[in-house]
Amino acid sequence: MQMRLAEGTAGARIIAFGGYQPARVVTNDELAQAAGTSDEWIRHRIGVVSRRIAGPDETVADMAAAAGGKALAASGLSAADIDLVIVSTSTPETMMPCTAATVATRLGMSGPGAFDLNAGCSGFCYGLAAASDAVRAGTSRHVLVVGAEKPSQWIDWTDRSTCVIFGDGAGAAVVGPVTEVGTAPGIGPVVWGSDGSMADKIAIKDRRSFFSQDGQAVFHWATTVLHPIAKKACEAAGIDPGELAAFVPHQANLRIIESIAKKIDAPQARVATEIVYSGNTSSASIPLALVAMIGRGEISSGAAVLLLAFGAGICYAAQVITAP
Amino acid sequence: MTMTEQEIVAGIGEIVEEICGIPASQVTPEKKFLEDLEIDSLGMVEIAVAAQDNLGVAIPDEQLRNLETVQAVVDFVRNAGVSA
Ligand SMILES: CC(C)(COP(=O)(O)OP(=O)(O)OC[C@H]1O[C@@H](n2cnc3c(N)ncnc32)[C@H](O)[C@@H]1OP(=O)(O)O)[C@@H](O)C(=O)NCCC(=O)NCCS
Repeated sequence: MQMRLAEGTAGARIIAFGGYQPARVVTNDELAQAAGTSDEWIRHRIGVVSRRIAGPDETVADMAAAAGGKALAASGLSAADIDLVIVSTSTPETMMPCTAATVATRLGMSGPGAFDLNAGCSGFCYGLAAASDAVRAGTSRHVLVVGAEKPSQWIDWTDRSTCVIFGDGAGAAVVGPVTEVGTAPGIGPVVWGSDGSMADKIAIKDRRSFFSQDGQAVFHWATTVLHPIAKKACEAAGIDPGELAAFVPHQANLRIIESIAKKIDAPQARVATEIVYSGNTSSASIPLALVAMIGRGEISSGAAVLLLAFGAGICYAAQVITAP
Repeated sequence: MTMTEQEIVAGIGEIVEEICGIPASQVTPEKKFLEDLEIDSLGMVEIAVAAQDNLGVAIPDEQLRNLETVQAVVDFVRNAGVSA
Protein backbone atom coordinates (compact mmCIF):
# COMPACT_ATOMS: atom_id res chain seq x y z
CA MET A 1 0.00 0.00 0.00
CA GLN A 2 1.23 3.44 -0.88
CA MET A 3 0.28 6.02 1.81
CA ARG A 4 -0.70 9.42 0.46
CA LEU A 5 0.79 12.43 2.25
CA ALA A 6 -0.51 15.96 2.65
CA GLU A 7 0.82 18.40 0.11
CA GLY A 8 3.22 20.77 1.82
CA THR A 9 4.37 24.31 1.20
CA ALA A 10 7.89 25.66 1.03
CA GLY A 11 7.75 27.95 4.04
CA ALA A 12 5.67 29.41 6.85
CA ARG A 13 5.51 32.96 8.13
CA ILE A 14 3.90 34.98 10.89
CA ILE A 15 1.01 37.01 9.49
CA ALA A 16 0.15 39.00 12.63
CA PHE A 17 0.60 39.26 16.37
CA GLY A 18 -1.82 40.18 19.14
CA GLY A 19 -1.45 40.70 22.87
CA TYR A 20 -3.54 41.10 26.00
CA GLN A 21 -2.57 42.22 29.49
CA PRO A 22 -4.89 42.57 32.48
CA ALA A 23 -5.82 46.12 33.47
CA ARG A 24 -4.57 46.00 37.06
CA VAL A 25 -1.04 47.37 37.54
CA VAL A 26 0.79 46.16 40.66
CA THR A 27 3.84 48.18 41.67
CA ASN A 28 6.83 46.94 43.65
CA ASP A 29 5.78 49.08 46.60
CA GLU A 30 2.47 47.22 46.78
CA LEU A 31 4.37 43.93 47.23
CA ALA A 32 7.27 45.15 49.31
CA GLN A 33 5.65 45.21 52.71
CA ALA A 34 3.92 41.81 52.72
CA ALA A 35 6.95 40.10 51.18
CA GLY A 36 9.72 41.90 53.06
CA THR A 37 11.52 43.41 50.10
CA SER A 38 11.96 46.81 48.48
CA ASP A 39 11.29 48.61 45.21
CA GLU A 40 14.99 49.30 44.87
CA TRP A 41 16.03 45.65 45.26
CA ILE A 42 13.48 44.43 42.76
CA ARG A 43 14.39 47.08 40.15
CA HIS A 44 18.09 46.48 40.57
CA ARG A 45 18.22 42.68 40.76
CA ILE A 46 15.30 41.63 38.58
CA GLY A 47 14.53 44.75 36.55
CA VAL A 48 10.80 44.85 37.23
CA VAL A 49 9.09 48.15 38.08
CA SER A 50 5.50 46.92 37.83
CA ARG A 51 3.52 43.98 36.52
CA ARG A 52 -0.06 43.31 35.39
CA ILE A 53 -2.13 40.94 37.49
CA ALA A 54 -5.37 39.33 36.35
CA GLY A 55 -8.57 39.61 38.37
CA PRO A 56 -9.77 36.59 40.36
CA ASP A 57 -12.33 35.71 37.70
CA GLU A 58 -10.12 36.36 34.70
CA THR A 59 -8.90 33.00 33.39
CA VAL A 60 -6.05 31.82 31.18
CA ALA A 61 -8.68 31.04 28.52
CA ASP A 62 -10.08 34.60 28.78
CA MET A 63 -6.66 36.11 28.24
CA ALA A 64 -5.78 33.63 25.47
CA ALA A 65 -9.02 34.41 23.64
CA ALA A 66 -8.43 38.16 23.98
CA ALA A 67 -4.89 37.96 22.57
CA GLY A 68 -5.90 35.43 19.91
CA GLY A 69 -8.81 37.60 18.84
CA LYS A 70 -6.51 40.57 18.32
CA ALA A 71 -4.00 38.54 16.31
CA LEU A 72 -6.81 37.15 14.18
CA ALA A 73 -8.26 40.62 13.54
CA ALA A 74 -4.83 41.98 12.61
CA SER A 75 -4.22 39.07 10.22
CA GLY A 76 -7.18 40.00 8.05
CA LEU A 77 -8.30 36.36 8.04
CA SER A 78 -11.67 35.16 9.23
CA ALA A 79 -12.15 32.76 12.15
CA ALA A 80 -13.10 29.99 9.75
CA ASP A 81 -9.68 30.19 8.09
CA ILE A 82 -7.91 28.90 11.20
CA ASP A 83 -7.59 25.12 11.16
CA LEU A 84 -5.34 24.60 14.18
CA VAL A 85 -5.10 26.32 17.58
CA ILE A 86 -2.13 25.74 19.88
CA VAL A 87 -2.19 27.25 23.37
CA SER A 88 0.99 27.16 25.38
CA THR A 89 0.39 27.41 29.10
CA SER A 90 1.88 26.01 32.29
CA THR A 91 -0.60 27.77 34.56
CA PRO A 92 -4.09 26.69 33.36
CA GLU A 93 -7.08 26.58 35.69
CA THR A 94 -7.82 23.05 34.53
CA MET A 95 -5.65 20.25 33.22
CA MET A 96 -8.79 18.98 31.50
CA PRO A 97 -10.24 20.20 29.18
CA CYS A 98 -7.44 21.87 27.25
CA THR A 99 -7.62 25.64 26.87
CA ALA A 100 -7.16 25.65 23.08
CA ALA A 101 -10.56 24.15 22.17
CA THR A 102 -12.37 26.69 24.37
CA VAL A 103 -10.42 29.54 22.79
CA ALA A 104 -11.27 28.29 19.29
CA THR A 105 -14.99 28.14 20.06
CA ARG A 106 -15.00 31.56 21.74
CA LEU A 107 -13.36 33.07 18.68
CA GLY A 108 -16.06 31.57 16.45
CA MET A 109 -13.84 29.11 14.64
CA SER A 110 -15.34 26.09 12.94
CA GLY A 111 -13.89 23.18 14.88
CA PRO A 112 -10.15 23.47 14.20
CA GLY A 113 -7.60 21.04 15.63
CA ALA A 114 -6.78 22.26 19.14
CA PHE A 115 -4.30 21.33 21.81
CA ASP A 116 -2.36 22.81 24.72
CA LEU A 117 1.35 22.40 25.14
CA ASN A 118 3.49 22.80 28.23
CA ALA A 119 7.15 23.61 27.77
CA GLY A 120 7.23 26.08 30.66
CA CYS A 121 8.27 29.59 29.70
CA SER A 122 9.54 28.25 26.34
CA GLY A 123 6.08 27.21 25.19
CA PHE A 124 5.45 29.98 22.66
CA CYS A 125 8.60 29.14 20.67
CA TYR A 126 7.70 25.44 20.76
CA GLY A 127 4.20 26.29 19.53
CA LEU A 128 5.58 28.50 16.78
CA ALA A 129 7.86 25.68 15.62
CA ALA A 130 4.99 23.18 15.66
CA ALA A 131 2.77 25.63 13.75
CA SER A 132 5.44 26.31 11.16
CA ASP A 133 6.03 22.61 10.64
CA ALA A 134 2.29 21.88 10.35
CA VAL A 135 1.93 24.56 7.67
CA ARG A 136 5.01 23.38 5.82
CA ALA A 137 3.89 19.76 5.96
CA GLY A 138 0.47 20.78 4.68
CA THR A 139 -1.56 19.40 7.60
CA SER A 140 -2.74 22.93 8.45
CA ARG A 141 -2.93 26.14 6.47
CA HIS A 142 -3.47 28.79 9.14
CA VAL A 143 -2.53 28.23 12.78
CA LEU A 144 -3.23 30.38 15.83
CA VAL A 145 -0.44 30.05 18.40
CA VAL A 146 -1.04 31.56 21.85
CA GLY A 147 1.12 31.82 24.96
CA ALA A 148 -1.22 32.49 27.90
CA GLU A 149 -0.31 32.48 31.56
CA LYS A 150 -1.67 33.37 34.97
CA PRO A 151 1.31 32.69 37.26
CA SER A 152 -0.35 34.86 39.93
CA GLN A 153 -2.64 31.98 40.88
CA TRP A 154 0.31 29.69 41.67
CA ILE A 155 2.37 32.10 43.74
CA ASP A 156 2.91 32.54 47.45
CA TRP A 157 2.54 36.31 47.77
CA THR A 158 4.63 36.32 50.94
CA ASP A 159 7.64 34.61 49.27
CA ARG A 160 9.86 37.49 48.21
CA SER A 161 12.12 35.42 45.98
CA THR A 162 9.24 34.45 43.67
CA CYS A 163 6.29 36.85 43.99
CA VAL A 164 8.22 39.88 42.77
CA ILE A 165 9.07 38.27 39.42
CA PHE A 166 5.87 37.33 37.65
CA GLY A 167 3.03 38.95 35.75
CA ASP A 168 -0.05 37.66 33.91
CA GLY A 169 -0.92 38.02 30.24
CA ALA A 170 -1.20 36.43 26.81
CA GLY A 171 0.38 36.90 23.40
CA ALA A 172 -0.59 35.32 20.09
CA ALA A 173 0.51 34.88 16.49
CA VAL A 174 -1.27 33.77 13.33
CA VAL A 175 0.98 31.54 11.22
CA GLY A 176 0.33 30.80 7.56
CA PRO A 177 2.07 29.72 4.37
CA VAL A 178 4.42 31.87 2.33
CA THR A 179 2.28 32.37 -0.73
CA GLU A 180 4.28 34.59 -3.05
CA VAL A 181 6.73 32.67 -5.19
CA GLY A 182 10.33 33.46 -4.41
CA THR A 183 9.59 34.91 -0.96
CA ALA A 184 11.76 33.58 1.84
CA PRO A 185 10.14 31.73 4.75
CA GLY A 186 9.40 33.91 7.77
CA ILE A 187 10.09 31.35 10.48
CA GLY A 188 13.57 29.83 10.63
CA PRO A 189 14.48 26.36 11.86
CA VAL A 190 13.99 25.95 15.61
CA VAL A 191 16.95 24.95 17.75
CA TRP A 192 15.51 23.34 20.85
CA GLY A 193 16.46 21.09 23.72
CA SER A 194 15.90 20.16 27.34
CA ASP A 195 17.63 19.00 30.51
CA GLY A 196 15.43 16.91 32.75
CA SER A 197 18.20 16.57 35.32
CA MET A 198 17.27 20.16 36.29
CA ALA A 199 13.53 19.41 36.49
CA ASP A 200 13.30 20.43 40.15
CA LYS A 201 14.97 23.83 39.57
CA ILE A 202 11.70 25.45 38.40
CA ALA A 203 8.52 23.72 39.48
CA ILE A 204 5.01 23.63 40.87
CA LYS A 205 5.58 20.35 42.67
CA ASP A 206 2.01 19.17 43.15
CA ARG A 207 -1.55 20.49 43.05
CA ARG A 208 -1.29 21.94 46.54
CA SER A 209 2.09 23.63 46.07
CA PHE A 210 3.10 27.11 45.08
CA PHE A 211 5.62 27.89 42.38
CA SER A 212 9.19 27.34 43.58
CA GLN A 213 12.61 27.63 42.03
CA ASP A 214 16.32 27.50 42.69
CA GLY A 215 16.78 30.99 41.31
CA GLN A 216 20.54 31.08 41.50
CA ALA A 217 20.99 27.78 39.68
CA VAL A 218 18.61 29.00 36.98
CA PHE A 219 20.46 32.31 36.75
CA HIS A 220 23.82 30.55 36.40
CA TRP A 221 22.48 28.09 33.84
CA ALA A 222 20.72 30.76 31.75
CA THR A 223 23.72 33.07 31.56
CA THR A 224 26.22 30.35 30.58
CA VAL A 225 24.34 27.81 28.42
CA LEU A 226 21.93 29.82 26.27
CA HIS A 227 23.96 32.19 24.11
CA PRO A 228 25.41 29.35 21.99
CA ILE A 229 21.85 28.09 21.42
CA ALA A 230 20.83 31.56 20.22
CA LYS A 231 23.80 31.69 17.86
CA LYS A 232 23.00 28.24 16.54
CA ALA A 233 19.48 29.41 15.63
CA CYS A 234 21.01 32.26 13.60
CA GLU A 235 23.33 29.82 11.89
CA ALA A 236 20.47 27.43 11.14
CA ALA A 237 18.54 30.29 9.51
CA GLY A 238 21.58 31.53 7.59
CA ILE A 239 21.42 34.91 9.31
CA ASP A 240 24.48 36.65 10.69
CA PRO A 241 23.80 38.01 14.22
CA GLY A 242 24.95 41.38 12.85
CA GLU A 243 21.88 41.42 10.58
CA LEU A 244 19.41 41.05 13.45
CA ALA A 245 17.11 44.03 13.97
CA ALA A 246 15.97 42.76 17.35
CA PHE A 247 16.68 40.16 20.01
CA VAL A 248 13.63 39.05 21.96
CA PRO A 249 14.60 36.66 24.75
CA HIS A 250 12.19 35.32 27.35
CA GLN A 251 11.66 38.10 29.89
CA ALA A 252 12.85 36.24 32.99
CA ASN A 253 15.17 38.73 34.64
CA LEU A 254 16.70 41.90 33.15
CA ARG A 255 20.19 40.89 34.24
CA ILE A 256 19.86 37.55 32.47
CA ILE A 257 18.61 39.35 29.35
CA GLU A 258 21.52 41.80 29.37
CA SER A 259 24.10 39.10 30.03
CA ILE A 260 22.93 36.96 27.10
CA ALA A 261 22.50 39.97 24.79
CA LYS A 262 26.12 40.93 25.38
CA LYS A 263 27.31 37.50 24.29
CA ILE A 264 25.46 37.07 21.00
CA ASP A 265 27.35 39.77 19.05
CA ALA A 266 24.33 41.47 17.55
CA PRO A 267 25.25 45.19 17.76
CA GLN A 268 22.33 46.39 15.64
CA ALA A 269 19.73 44.40 17.54
CA ARG A 270 17.30 46.20 19.80
CA VAL A 271 16.91 44.07 22.91
CA ALA A 272 13.45 43.46 24.38
CA THR A 273 13.05 44.73 27.95
CA GLU A 274 9.30 44.43 28.42
CA ILE A 275 9.93 42.75 31.78
CA VAL A 276 10.23 46.26 33.27
CA TYR A 277 6.49 46.98 33.12
CA SER A 278 5.11 43.48 32.56
CA GLY A 279 7.13 41.21 34.83
CA ASN A 280 7.94 37.67 33.74
CA THR A 281 4.79 36.52 31.95
CA SER A 282 6.21 33.04 31.28
CA SER A 283 5.32 31.76 27.81
CA ALA A 284 3.46 34.99 27.01
CA SER A 285 6.56 37.13 27.40
CA ILE A 286 8.01 36.78 23.89
CA PRO A 287 4.83 37.48 21.88
CA LEU A 288 3.89 40.32 24.27
CA ALA A 289 7.32 41.89 23.76
CA LEU A 290 6.98 41.56 19.99
CA VAL A 291 3.55 43.21 20.02
CA ALA A 292 4.89 46.14 22.06
CA MET A 293 8.06 46.62 20.02
CA ILE A 294 6.23 46.43 16.67
CA GLY A 295 3.60 48.80 18.07
CA ARG A 296 6.26 51.37 18.96
CA GLY A 297 7.84 51.04 15.52
CA GLU A 298 11.03 49.50 16.90
CA ILE A 299 10.77 46.48 14.62
CA SER A 300 9.80 47.08 11.01
CA SER A 301 8.07 44.67 8.69
CA GLY A 302 10.46 42.12 7.19
CA ALA A 303 13.15 42.66 9.83
CA ALA A 304 15.00 39.62 11.21
CA VAL A 305 14.29 38.98 14.89
CA LEU A 306 15.93 36.36 17.09
CA LEU A 307 13.69 34.67 19.68
CA LEU A 308 15.16 32.77 22.63
CA ALA A 309 12.97 31.03 25.20
CA PHE A 310 13.88 29.04 28.32
CA GLY A 311 12.35 27.91 31.56
CA ALA A 312 10.75 25.03 33.43
CA GLY A 313 11.56 21.56 32.21
CA ILE A 314 14.23 22.67 31.79
CA CYS A 315 13.28 23.35 28.18
CA TYR A 316 14.66 25.90 25.75
CA ALA A 317 14.16 26.94 22.12
CA ALA A 318 15.41 29.58 19.71
CA GLN A 319 14.48 30.61 16.19
CA VAL A 320 14.84 33.55 13.84
CA ILE A 321 11.64 35.06 12.46
CA THR A 322 10.90 37.90 10.10
CA ALA A 323 8.46 40.44 11.48
CA PRO A 324 5.06 40.63 9.78
CA MET B 1 47.82 30.93 28.99
CA THR B 2 48.62 31.18 32.68
CA MET B 3 47.82 34.33 34.62
CA THR B 4 49.86 35.69 37.48
CA GLU B 5 48.27 36.18 40.87
CA GLN B 6 48.15 39.96 40.29
CA GLU B 7 46.47 39.51 36.93
CA ILE B 8 43.78 37.34 38.49
CA VAL B 9 43.19 39.85 41.32
CA ALA B 10 42.91 42.62 38.72
CA GLY B 11 40.55 40.48 36.63
CA ILE B 12 38.28 39.85 39.60
CA GLY B 13 38.41 43.54 40.53
CA GLU B 14 37.18 44.46 37.06
CA ILE B 15 34.35 41.97 37.30
CA VAL B 16 33.25 43.20 40.73
CA GLU B 17 33.37 46.80 39.53
CA GLU B 18 31.28 46.01 36.48
CA ILE B 19 28.67 43.92 38.28
CA CYS B 20 28.41 45.56 41.69
CA GLY B 21 29.74 49.06 41.02
CA ILE B 22 32.43 48.70 43.67
CA PRO B 23 35.75 50.29 42.55
CA ALA B 24 38.25 47.61 41.49
CA SER B 25 40.87 49.19 43.77
CA GLN B 26 38.83 48.07 46.79
CA VAL B 27 38.85 44.45 45.68
CA THR B 28 41.97 43.29 47.50
CA PRO B 29 42.80 39.64 48.39
CA GLU B 30 41.90 39.77 52.10
CA LYS B 31 38.42 41.22 51.51
CA LYS B 32 35.38 39.11 52.37
CA PHE B 33 32.67 39.33 49.72
CA LEU B 34 29.71 39.35 52.07
CA GLU B 35 31.03 41.22 55.11
CA ASP B 36 33.44 43.70 53.48
CA LEU B 37 32.05 44.20 49.98
CA GLU B 38 28.37 43.51 50.82
CA ILE B 39 27.91 41.14 47.89
CA ASP B 40 25.11 38.61 48.45
CA SER B 41 24.82 35.05 47.10
CA LEU B 42 23.08 36.21 43.94
CA GLY B 43 25.88 38.71 43.26
CA MET B 44 28.37 35.87 43.67
CA VAL B 45 26.59 33.88 40.96
CA GLU B 46 26.95 36.84 38.59
CA ILE B 47 30.62 37.11 39.48
CA ALA B 48 31.09 33.37 38.77
CA VAL B 49 29.44 33.76 35.36
CA ALA B 50 31.69 36.72 34.51
CA ALA B 51 34.74 34.77 35.73
CA GLN B 52 33.83 32.03 33.28
CA ASP B 53 33.45 34.55 30.44
CA ASN B 54 36.53 36.67 31.20
CA LEU B 55 38.95 34.28 32.89
CA GLY B 56 37.81 31.01 31.34
CA VAL B 57 37.26 29.24 34.64
CA ALA B 58 33.90 27.68 35.56
CA ILE B 59 33.06 27.84 39.26
CA PRO B 60 30.24 25.42 40.18
CA ASP B 61 27.53 26.77 42.54
CA GLU B 62 28.47 24.23 45.26
CA GLN B 63 32.06 25.50 45.28
CA LEU B 64 31.03 29.13 45.07
CA ARG B 65 29.41 29.01 48.50
CA ASN B 66 32.80 28.15 50.06
CA LEU B 67 34.72 30.99 48.41
CA GLU B 68 34.33 33.70 51.05
CA THR B 69 37.28 35.94 50.27
CA VAL B 70 38.80 37.45 47.14
CA GLN B 71 41.91 35.33 47.82
CA ALA B 72 39.80 32.14 47.82
CA VAL B 73 38.49 32.98 44.33
CA VAL B 74 42.00 33.84 43.16
CA ASP B 75 43.26 30.47 44.41
CA PHE B 76 40.37 28.64 42.76
CA VAL B 77 41.05 30.33 39.42
CA ARG B 78 44.79 29.65 39.67
CA ASN B 79 44.35 25.98 40.58
CA ALA B 80 41.81 25.50 37.80
CA GLY B 81 44.30 27.04 35.39
CA VAL B 82 46.98 24.55 36.49
CA SER B 83 44.82 21.46 36.25
CA ALA B 84 43.24 22.49 32.92
C1 LIG C 1 14.80 34.94 41.70
C2 LIG C 1 16.02 35.69 42.15
C3 LIG C 1 15.77 37.16 42.10
C4 LIG C 1 16.32 35.31 43.59
O1 LIG C 1 15.80 34.06 43.84
P1 LIG C 1 16.65 32.92 44.59
O2 LIG C 1 18.03 33.00 44.15
O3 LIG C 1 15.92 31.65 44.45
O4 LIG C 1 16.43 33.43 46.06
P2 LIG C 1 17.25 33.15 47.33
O5 LIG C 1 16.22 33.02 48.37
O6 LIG C 1 18.25 32.09 47.18
O7 LIG C 1 17.93 34.57 47.49
C5 LIG C 1 19.16 34.95 46.97
C6 LIG C 1 19.61 36.21 47.66
O8 LIG C 1 18.76 37.29 47.28
C7 LIG C 1 18.02 37.79 48.39
N1 LIG C 1 16.65 38.06 47.92
C8 LIG C 1 15.89 37.24 47.16
N2 LIG C 1 14.73 37.85 46.87
C9 LIG C 1 14.78 39.06 47.45
C10 LIG C 1 13.89 40.17 47.48
N3 LIG C 1 12.71 40.16 46.83
N4 LIG C 1 14.27 41.26 48.15
C11 LIG C 1 15.46 41.32 48.79
N5 LIG C 1 16.34 40.33 48.79
C12 LIG C 1 16.01 39.20 48.12
C13 LIG C 1 18.10 36.72 49.42
O9 LIG C 1 18.02 37.23 50.72
C14 LIG C 1 19.47 36.11 49.15
O10 LIG C 1 20.48 36.89 49.71
P3 LIG C 1 21.65 36.26 50.63
O11 LIG C 1 22.72 35.80 49.72
O12 LIG C 1 22.10 37.40 51.42
O13 LIG C 1 21.01 35.16 51.39
C15 LIG C 1 17.21 35.39 41.23
O14 LIG C 1 17.87 34.22 41.61
C16 LIG C 1 16.81 35.24 39.80
O15 LIG C 1 16.28 36.15 39.19
N6 LIG C 1 17.06 34.07 39.18
C17 LIG C 1 16.61 33.76 37.86
C18 LIG C 1 15.31 33.07 37.98
C19 LIG C 1 14.47 33.13 36.76
O16 LIG C 1 14.71 33.89 35.87
N7 LIG C 1 13.44 32.29 36.75
C20 LIG C 1 12.50 32.23 35.73
C21 LIG C 1 12.95 31.29 34.69
S1 LIG C 1 11.71 31.09 33.51
